[in-house]
Amino acid sequence: MTAADADAPTGKATAIDHGHRFHTIVTTVENKPGVLARVAGLFARRGFNIESLAVAPTADERFSRITFTVDVASSSLEQVVKQLDKLINVVEISELSPDESVERELMLVTVDVAGGRRHDLLELVDDFRAYVLDANQSQMMLSLAARPGRLDEFEERLRAFGIVQLQRTGRVALPSLDS
Amino acid sequence: MDMNGGQALVKALECEGTEVVFGLPGGAILPVYDPIIESPIRHILVRHEQGAGHMAEGYAHATGRPGVVMITSGPGATNGVTPLCDAYMDSIPLVCITGQVPYAAIGTDAFQECDTTGITLSVTKHNFLVTDAQDIPRIVHEAFHIATTGRPGPVLVDIPKDIVDPRNPRSAMTWYEPTDDIMELPGYRPATAGDPELIRAAAELICAAERPVLYAGGGILKARAAAELLALAELIDVPVVTTLMARGCFPDSHELCLGMPGMHGNYTAVTAMQSSDLLIALGARFDDRVTGRLDGFAPDAKVVHVDIDAAELGKVRNPDVAIRGDCKLVIAELVESLRACGGLEAQPDRRAWRSQISGWQERYPLVYEQSEPGELLKPQYVLEVLRDSTPDDTIVTSGVGQHQMWASQYWRFDHPYTWINSGGLGTMGFSVPAAIGAKVGMPDRMVWAVDGDGCFQMTAQELVTASMERIPIKVALFNNAYLGMVRQWQEMFYEERYSEVYLSYEIPDYVKWAEAMGCVALRVESPEEVAPAINKANEIDDRPVVLEFRSSAEENVYPMVPAGQSNSDIVVDPSQR
Repeated sequence: MTAADADAPTGKATAIDHGHRFHTIVTTVENKPGVLARVAGLFARRGFNIESLAVAPTADERFSRITFTVDVASSSLEQVVKQLDKLINVVEISELSPDESVERELMLVTVDVAGGRRHDLLELVDDFRAYVLDANQSQMMLSLAARPGRLDEFEERLRAFGIVQLQRTGRVALPSLDS
Repeated sequence: MDMNGGQALVKALECEGTEVVFGLPGGAILPVYDPIIESPIRHILVRHEQGAGHMAEGYAHATGRPGVVMITSGPGATNGVTPLCDAYMDSIPLVCITGQVPYAAIGTDAFQECDTTGITLSVTKHNFLVTDAQDIPRIVHEAFHIATTGRPGPVLVDIPKDIVDPRNPRSAMTWYEPTDDIMELPGYRPATAGDPELIRAAAELICAAERPVLYAGGGILKARAAAELLALAELIDVPVVTTLMARGCFPDSHELCLGMPGMHGNYTAVTAMQSSDLLIALGARFDDRVTGRLDGFAPDAKVVHVDIDAAELGKVRNPDVAIRGDCKLVIAELVESLRACGGLEAQPDRRAWRSQISGWQERYPLVYEQSEPGELLKPQYVLEVLRDSTPDDTIVTSGVGQHQMWASQYWRFDHPYTWINSGGLGTMGFSVPAAIGAKVGMPDRMVWAVDGDGCFQMTAQELVTASMERIPIKVALFNNAYLGMVRQWQEMFYEERYSEVYLSYEIPDYVKWAEAMGCVALRVESPEEVAPAINKANEIDDRPVVLEFRSSAEENVYPMVPAGQSNSDIVVDPSQR
């Protein structure tokens, strides 16, 4: 996401939590070239957009976990999930509902503090339990790892200061322990 | 044992039981063609890579063994895309080996480079890019395993030139035996047996159904479950429809067989499904050509759906009982379960249903009018004569269009694996190469390619392959001078505004063309010439034969369910309206 994107209307996370239009899918795949293209291709061929995507190796390096959020009606999603499961490199697949999982996302953001509002910003950083990663006379770089909705709120609050650059990782999720 | 990658590839193919490879060499695959000289594997040199793919499909369907294709990079690979997609749609087990530019050159727009694995990603069950010669035996074994197990399909193995070229150190490898133990496929778990509880639930639905229909799809043939299907149908005395992909899986001459359903299915098969209260779908996928408009399809029917592919269950029609499993095993279990419930005794009295069906059969048989003297041939008549002049177990292949529908309608398929056509993708030009592949696999069987003039012009050059390789197939070429099915649609749905469908009776001269390709060729123009010509063709067994049947251009395929309409709106032959 670029700075220009940061200015676009948000509220995506709200839709995920309440609208049930967005679904979070977690797949364990073989850690091999081309696997992401196979997974993404099944969505692309139907014209479904992937809203958020995070990929990294699991504790066992032979496998990666791909977590993605898609904007799809449930009936279509069921079909895609079955077809994802058919991919030879996909080892496991599940949908995580927001009520039965823990979701986190990381945001890095550079904020303008030239107007002498450094103190206000640091208060906000404290409130949100964010971190200051870097700073100079005119700008501060912050990081926040939290629920995606919390990142949305933080982003909204930072707008008043002026967002210079913003990058979110896309959500990762694991099932809650009691689910 | 030290080897180079090219030797390892050929040896790996031998280890998988490959007896024939359909292919055409080129730059990137050249090193693999050298060890082929010493290999016992027969190589059939095609004239176009698409032909190699369809031959491998015909071979696979006729024999039940995977078809193997070997082609080069770039245009070789792209020419192979159509048969890969065809095989993917019709679940045909293929292994396609493609040459690729040297590993270091990939991504540089090298000569004859294309992104083969990228291009074929969505038309293969799986594909591999091999980057290390040492992986060749394992990956080839995995490719055959994936192609032939579960829901079969095409698998492509893309091999950069350097790892098979003995002059390149990257081709060095140490041979090992490719066994199941060495496979690395943690995400591949094909289904086998069905859930016993669901099978019991299916049996209960069957025992309660008053108007059941067994809806047999191509999966019956893939699972080699024809015997199980026969046992099931006879046990419960329930009629069977066989889809275009399933023709022959249940004998057409059996009293329970209703024949083909769908857009050009016969009235009884279509209407029995429409009126049914239970569809028992076995290895079928509720294709749009079978269902017609979905919200009007079999409105009162509950559905039992058995398929090895979970993604088919509920894809089109929500089943009441969905069983994921191999048709052969599931049907055998279902038969056991139904026997345990009391077999035929436990089935409701379905005499009314049977008599309703016989009523439709009597009222709406397939019909056509024989041609008047001086008129061109009726393709239906030719097909009836061909059917009655050939052995029962003749293998029939077909292209796509009117001739395909007439062949499926008018042939009497009493044996599985005698009907080979392009169902899902609808690939014109399928017939001739598929017949060649079938004949290579089943050399003792008579193989007839039923073809149209439009289709023939797409892949006829493979008759050169057939002549050179002494593969004596026979071609029944229906020349009606039109892209006939498109012409029919323009007549029926575009107010007879014929747009770009006329081909010509005279150009090309099919007899001269076929003779130039090394075939015996005859032109047949009147009904009394039909049987003698076919008998003559049947006697020729040392080269291909082409019979050109000059056919009526105005003949339409009936019955027909117009696209987008409900199967209840089936249009029968004008003489039956």
